Amino acid sequence: MRITPEVVERVARLSRLELTEQEREAFSAQLDSILQYFARLDRLPTEGVEPTSHAIPVTNVFREDTVTPSLPREEVAAMAPESYEGYVVVPRVLEAEA
Amino acid sequence: MSGLVGVPYHEVRPRLGRDLSCRELVEVYLGAIEAQDGSVRAYLTVTADQARQEAEALDRRLASGEPLPPLAGMPVALKDNLCTRGVRTTCGSRILEPFVPPYDATAVRRLREAGAVVLGKTNLDEFAMGSSTENSGFGPTRNPWSLEHVPGGSSGGSAAAVAAGEAVAALGSDTGGSIRQPASLCGIVGLKPTYGRVSRYGLVAFASSLDQIGPMTLDVRDCALVLQAISGRDPHDSTSVDVPVPDFLASLEGGVRGVRVGLPAEFFGEGLDPQVREAVLRAVRVLESLGAVVEEVALPTLEYALPTYYLIACAEASSNLARYDGVAYGSRSRRAEDLYTLYARTRAEGFGPEVKRRIMLGTFALSAGYYEGFYKKAQQVRTLVRRDFDRCFQRVDVLATPTSPVAGFRLGERTADPLQMYLADVYTIPVNLAGLPGVSVPCGFADGLPVGLQLVGRPFDEATLLRVAYAYEQATEWHRARAPVLRS
Repeated sequence: MRITPEVVERVARLSRLELTEQEREAFSAQLDSILQYFARLDRLPTEGVEPTSHAIPVTNVFREDTVTPSLPREEVAAMAPESYEGYVVVPRVLEAEA
Repeated sequence: MSGLVGVPYHEVRPRLGRDLSCRELVEVYLGAIEAQDGSVRAYLTVTADQARQEAEALDRRLASGEPLPPLAGMPVALKDNLCTRGVRTTCGSRILEPFVPPYDATAVRRLREAGAVVLGKTNLDEFAMGSSTENSGFGPTRNPWSLEHVPGGSSGGSAAAVAAGEAVAALGSDTGGSIRQPASLCGIVGLKPTYGRVSRYGLVAFASSLDQIGPMTLDVRDCALVLQAISGRDPHDSTSVDVPVPDFLASLEGGVRGVRVGLPAEFFGEGLDPQVREAVLRAVRVLESLGAVVEEVALPTLEYALPTYYLIACAEASSNLARYDGVAYGSRSRRAEDLYTLYARTRAEGFGPEVKRRIMLGTFALSAGYYEGFYKKAQQVRTLVRRDFDRCFQRVDVLATPTSPVAGFRLGERTADPLQMYLADVYTIPVNLAGLPGVSVPCGFADGLPVGLQLVGRPFDEATLLRVAYAYEQATEWHRARAPVLRS
């Protein structure tokens, strides 16, 4: 698997990252050499080995479903780059009808 | 009064409420920041006025006869990925430059409740991704031992602040070595607790299955004091574990007679600087002379730990960092044309190159067709790494290794080659994969730069780690060495 600039572009789109031409070139060379180094994992047989997603086995942590105060709405809304009467403003999500 | 800078908290504490006030102690450290931080650049934000007010409030409580809380007046620094109510928390990233959290991280709240006074927020590699603090969006921090060298990373600002006498203690976070490696490079003590020992609530997430908050201090006793204050189950973090928190100070002086210390041969092989190797082996001989039993053990998966770590950490990061989209908080691109370009341009402008690299590496490893070969494979190897440690801990109580393969490197020396930078964490990474506690303590010098000894323990057995580290420290003088910037 070679990491070409085309692969980088596809992954960048999935990652919601706009890249410049230079970035595409640089990342493709760097990711290629990093992944080649990582390919050494193939030398280690892992058939039948359970994957670990968490080092400390903790499952199903429960708590009482009690109502507690949440963060003040005004403070949270004030963090948005653009807001209007307590709402967060973003560009139009749906295409306008023709 | 300036003679107080660089003196461990436990040595200063008996004077508080007698010939020294919390306000005076805090003022001494604010003075050190003022004098030196222009060259060290450990801090991104200094909260001097707030610190003075908090110290004065403590002094009033003491004057009214209240008992001294355990960390009363301790001047501390916080890595800038720990949320602080009302104080900017940037994560070293332009994308969070305007972010002012509406709440304190649990570890921060617990420190404050124990009486610590926050001096400010310290520099880090952007989103804690790096080993030199050069990846900060706000410029690098320098090593107080040599301003031409990096302080390590990602908690480089916290390490440099403590080493330069600009805080008596600090909190860092450690995902693959980010507390222990800078502690080693700056000649201080840094401890990564067992995964689940300290609440991660309010720690900006990098790799959620690996991240832990921990103390960075001048010596082991201060380390135990801070760990005591921040440990314990927190309902806000469901991965914080409900196990008893022992009295870490009570067991500190138990000695190491009969303690079994394992030397994993793989940690002393190729790539290790000979001077570092010599310093670490000398430290092990000190433990032996104190009555510890040393034997060789094996951790054959070490060579696979690095790729395993980067695949898992980047995969988790690519998901965690999806939240920085310019919508609800943080910065937003002014060049947005529609929702897609709002996301893609905000992220293009806000993230630095290493963060972009890791997001893409993680996205690639999780994408259709590559998931099995990369991400799942890495999770399986993670199981094997954990089994290696389990086998070691059937025979020994702690492992002793170098913290970092080299004592230090110069600014700019490794920035051109990401893989070279990743190798800086080769000895610390396996500990995070297995969720174990690890501590770095000063054990010598190589070409004038500090060297760290890493001790690794069983899950939730920080008490033994601290006891062994303390016994070593008491038998040596390395923890009393101070950086040139502090001696002048």
